[in-house]
Amino acid sequence: MDTISGICFIFQGLKFYRMGILSSSVSITRYKVEGKLDQPIIETISRGLKKNAIPEIDEDSTEKTSGWTSLHNPYQPDFSGSSFVYGNYLVFSLRMDKKNISPKVLKKRLMIESARRLARSGREYLSRNEKQLLKDQVMHDLSLKIPATPNIYDIIWNYEESRLWYFTNLKNANEELETLFIRSFELTLIRLFPYTTAVLTSELNDHQKDALGNLSPTPFVA
Amino acid sequence: MLDVAVAYNRYKFLGEEFLTWLWFVVATTPRLLGEMDQNFNSLDIGNRIVLENRKKDAVERITIKGDGASLEEGIVALRKGALVTEMNLVYRSAKHEWKFTIKGESLNISSLKTPHIGLPETPEDLEGFVLEKTYLYDNLLQFLEKVYRHYIYLRISKKWQKTVVPAVHQWIDSTN
Repeated sequence: MDTISGICFIFQGLKFYRMGILSSSVSITRYKVEGKLDQPIIETISRGLKKNAIPEIDEDSTEKTSGWTSLHNPYQPDFSGSSFVYGNYLVFSLRMDKKNISPKVLKKRLMIESARRLARSGREYLSRNEKQLLKDQVMHDLSLKIPATPNIYDIIWNYEESRLWYFTNLKNANEELETLFIRSFELTLIRLFPYTTAVLTSELNDHQKDALGNLSPTPFVA
Repeated sequence: MLDVAVAYNRYKFLGEEFLTWLWFVVATTPRLLGEMDQNFNSLDIGNRIVLENRKKDAVERITIKGDGASLEEGIVALRKGALVTEMNLVYRSAKHEWKFTIKGESLNISSLKTPHIGLPETPEDLEGFVLEKTYLYDNLLQFLEKVYRHYIYLRISKKWQKTVVPAVHQWIDSTN
């Protein structure tokens, strides 16, 4: 497959399997970005993306991983040039890969391995320590055989306005974004929920911020 | 600013009161929303609304769903002191339509459907598609931010207790 047809093949796959921006229905968590990047900004961001790009774990025993990937090619991250710049926006994705080992498969492999060891040693039971070591070994072996399931969450970052939209509301995906973002760019993300939206986007003066801080729930009925 | 986790829990009532107030505005004074968007056509309650009454120790949750569902039970729940914790809305502007669900405690958006645009056919179409989608997301989010800002200014003003709360109370009492 040459490069052009390779890109087209990946792109067709993207249309069929992607959620996020390309989906007809999306979820959005809004963030405010605190801090500024070193100039030149595109290069600084590109460095942060490359440094924490998603590693492949299908060939090793790692159970889960996460990192940045590109919107246009989520299974082969490419942050070359300004490929993640769309007009005034920086657009890329966070990918979280996890090997989902079925508890039933784990149980089956454990029973088979356990019986094999007992038969070999002539003993009737395995010690607690041996059971744990066996479980670790079975998990390791299964992790080598099972490919990781990818979950991809898109990001649109308006750098000039310090705003970022993250296309999921999932708690663990939000926490992963916040951690990876500060590690990659040394910028803090503040989630925009009722209080932070009021403080950070409503242009309140100090007096109004004090009034906001002193609010308590309103009973609409007597 | 307060610690984020503390602020989230302590002020989540702000988001729930916002949705309750928004229902009141949609039902009684929708023209106010036209001030937030010069191309505004309408904002309507969609196919789902969730209310919670956290009075006393128990939490009572009322979910009304379905296209064209009657909101009577929601009003009854408001009368008992419940607040809206989640609602599906239909926003129309410049003859386009957005459908989405907004959650009170987080202001998170879910099930957002923007006006339809065709999927990109080639890699070269992707940038145009993303920019058009971004524009459509931005339209809705800017509108919501303006409405929320208006609410926050009201909420911290004396007008809230003096005129808004009695008006909401009257709406709840007089709606069948």
